[in-house]
Amino acid sequence: MDAIIEVAEINRLDKNDISLEGIDFISGGNQYLTFRLCEEHYGVDILSVTEIRGWDEPTLIPNSPNYVKGVINLRGVIVPILDLRIRFQIGEASYTPTTVVIVLAVKNDRMKCTMGFVVDAVSDVLNANSQDIKSAPSFGGLVAPQYIQGLVNVGADVVTLLNVEQLLKLDDEGLHYE
Amino acid sequence: MSIDLKQFHQAFFDESYEGLDSMEQSLLALSDEDETDPELINTIFRAAHSIKGGSATLGFGEIASFTHVLETLLDEVREGQRKLTAESIDLLLQSCDALRAMVHCLEQETPIDVNDSKPLLDAFEAMLNDSGQSAVSEPQQKEVQKNLDDSDATVISSAQDAITQTFFSGDDGEQNDDHGEKRWKIVFKPEPQILLTGNEPLRIFRELESMGDLEVHAHTDQVPNFDQITLDECFIHWTLFLTSNVDQDEIKSAFDWVLDECDLDITLSESGDDDTVDTDDNVNTETRLQQDHINLDNRGDEITAEDDYGESASDDLEFVRASASVVAAKVIPEKTTAKKPEPSAAKSTSAKAISESKAIADKKVTAPESAQSSTTSIRVGIDKVDNLINLVGELVITQSMLSELGNNFDLEKLERLSHGLEQLKQNTRELQENVMRIRMLPISFAFNRFPRMIRDLSNKTGKKVDLIMSGEQTELDKTVMEQIGDPLVHLVRNAIDHGLEMPEERRAAGKNETGKIHLNAEHKGGNIVIKISDDGRGMDPEKIRAKAVEKGVIDAEAELSVAEIYDLIFEPGFSTAAEVSDLSGRGVGMDVVRRNIKALGGRIEIDSEVGRGTKIYVHLPLTLAILDGQLVRVGREVYIIPLVAIVESLQIKSELVNRVSGNMVLYRLREDNVPIIPIHKEFNIQADNTALDNALLVVVEGEGCKIGLLVDDLLAQQQVVIKSLETNYKRVDGISGATILGDGSVALILDIPGIITNASRSRRRNVSPRAA
Repeated sequence: MDAIIEVAEINRLDKNDISLEGIDFISGGNQYLTFRLCEEHYGVDILSVTEIRGWDEPTLIPNSPNYVKGVINLRGVIVPILDLRIRFQIGEASYTPTTVVIVLAVKNDRMKCTMGFVVDAVSDVLNANSQDIKSAPSFGGLVAPQYIQGLVNVGADVVTLLNVEQLLKLDDEGLHYE
Repeated sequence: MSIDLKQFHQAFFDESYEGLDSMEQSLLALSDEDETDPELINTIFRAAHSIKGGSATLGFGEIASFTHVLETLLDEVREGQRKLTAESIDLLLQSCDALRAMVHCLEQETPIDVNDSKPLLDAFEAMLNDSGQSAVSEPQQKEVQKNLDDSDATVISSAQDAITQTFFSGDDGEQNDDHGEKRWKIVFKPEPQILLTGNEPLRIFRELESMGDLEVHAHTDQVPNFDQITLDECFIHWTLFLTSNVDQDEIKSAFDWVLDECDLDITLSESGDDDTVDTDDNVNTETRLQQDHINLDNRGDEITAEDDYGESASDDLEFVRASASVVAAKVIPEKTTAKKPEPSAAKSTSAKAISESKAIADKKVTAPESAQSSTTSIRVGIDKVDNLINLVGELVITQSMLSELGNNFDLEKLERLSHGLEQLKQNTRELQENVMRIRMLPISFAFNRFPRMIRDLSNKTGKKVDLIMSGEQTELDKTVMEQIGDPLVHLVRNAIDHGLEMPEERRAAGKNETGKIHLNAEHKGGNIVIKISDDGRGMDPEKIRAKAVEKGVIDAEAELSVAEIYDLIFEPGFSTAAEVSDLSGRGVGMDVVRRNIKALGGRIEIDSEVGRGTKIYVHLPLTLAILDGQLVRVGREVYIIPLVAIVESLQIKSELVNRVSGNMVLYRLREDNVPIIPIHKEFNIQADNTALDNALLVVVEGEGCKIGLLVDDLLAQQQVVIKSLETNYKRVDGISGATILGDGSVALILDIPGIITNASRSRRRNVSPRAA
């Protein structure tokens, strides 16, 4: 199965107008689902995304950190919902009809975990070859470095690619990173 | 040969564990009785036999050859040629452990370790050797004289094989693999009906050919005259010489499908010498060799005399004798069990097989327990399954009735609708109960390991122990059962180690020399209670207290009730007690025991009386999957309180509320003072009502004390399915899990013991600054 298909090229003409040449989404590089937190763009490996759903009021978990919004019932599985905006201290956490939850799952030898993340809006799907991914500058920023896989330039914007496995780890250390 | 045998491995492992369990139980039963019950022997034999058969089929040569020796011994017992002595029962029990360890190794796909079962095998062989003489009077005696010479020759050559092999193989137990091409001699005598089972010898030979140079000699001497010939029977047997660098197992694997239907003998032939001998004669020798086992054994001594290998060979004398005796013993099953499918996989009579079997691993006693706990299949009684099928049938009927109603519904049918819904509810509930019952196993599964353990322990310690078990039929969820095994073992071991006294001491104390350990299981409320009681020396609260103070577990001034003192032995710090007083060790690992039991949602209580014995009660939930819950509301959140924890629910009367010691609020419940814990404060959430007056209080019990939980509203009571929070999140204090309510929303289940410990901890935290 080594059929190589022409890489679909995303032309960013305008912020909200994206045209795809060809409809093939199979590409040489990895694909990332990008989303917005306030004005910033982030991306996660698309293979770890199980679904995108609207915001539902979750059940509170007592004495949990403020970014843990609670748990929801995802077809019989109890899935915690975390608000990335609070976790990364970006923008304001408001819950509007357009607020969405990206459900991410990691299943490998080390961990098996499903969690939902509240983001402001889902943007698009990004193809990025590994040489396009640049490491993040090591200064500043509220997002702890272990969560960041790299940066990708898309047109005038910079998308921060997040390390999903780290994201799903519930170690509280990285959270209060200053 | 393209069928993937792997798919049968798990079934084999399960069956082996089961077989070993029943073997062990029968052995224990045997050791208790004076008369040997033939049925018990048969059970043991059957278990060994099927393990051997299965392992041979699946290519687990180590197990097959080990079991083979075992089986040989058992067969002699079965034939009444041998009495089972206490010594041999011990040996057999040990071999159960060894086998279990081997199976465990296979299951984990770790290589079987090579050195541990060797002493066992040696012991067995020594035992079999003795029996060789006692087993003399078998039918084939007349042939013996005639074949004396032949057998001698063979024994010597096989002895030479053994010796050369031992010399070359060095210490690593892996023979021959490294010296290139070998010449294997394969004697293949199929039973006449082999063709009926679809096996074609030619194909086997073809496969052998693919391994190396093959030389085939067919023996047609047994082919009858043409008019007597039966078309579908095989009258030919073969001697094959294979020159190749494959090892014996690979050759054997070519015969995998016919092992049960042939005599197969694979030997490493000394290159050069006996190839030239008339093959016919050779074959006959082999056959006869199997018949005159007596001779072989007796010849053992002579071989030493004849052998030219001098001193260094004397080590191998045992080897040769052993090989001879195994050959001897092998004859018996063949002759006596007529047409029974003979698991001849391990029947390679050469010394190689034996040296191989000597190289079997044994991880000793460590493996069995964990192995048992990892069994993944479950055996369900057919009655339970039938019940389920019935219920599903009813459910289908109810469903069709309801959909019929829904087809053209008008208000007149309302009554029938509600009736139908009622029926549906009933069906669902019954179905659920029955499905849960599938997971329930009698607790005897967990108890069964104790007779063996107690036997071993009492041998080791010299204490006389009588084990009484009752309530073994009490059913318990499989998951709980798997996890309660080890803690129970620990408790029973403690009871013997530290509870029971030595016989002299008991006599001096005016007690029966034989100590009693009583295991009892019973249902109590929604729990199962396992009681482990001994009539030993009991525990002295004062001594425990002193010890705890010494260890720094408690303050010297601390005032503790007797129950609290007994609880101290579960403290982690206590377990490091040095082996000095009669209490020492009581706490070893007890903190682990308590942690395990708590993890299951259970609790443990101790009741002891100095000089009279100790009783330990383990309370466990019946099942981990479903619980009866009371739904309560606090603010906008719905929580579930396990029904078993609830003592009562009441409306607070303000005159019964007392405030004591600073910030503690107590409620007078008849004679008790119950601390009031507002859930909204504990969980840091919004509640409708924070005033105590007329508020609703749910009094719950756990960890041996009562607390009152302040809630906003009492909702329905219902059964809830427990879902884990930890799968995707982490443990939350005060919450034992979550569930999904009828409307699809998630509700959290309160962990009552957790809340109680939390509350008391925070109270202590509040108190300590004042003390300091």
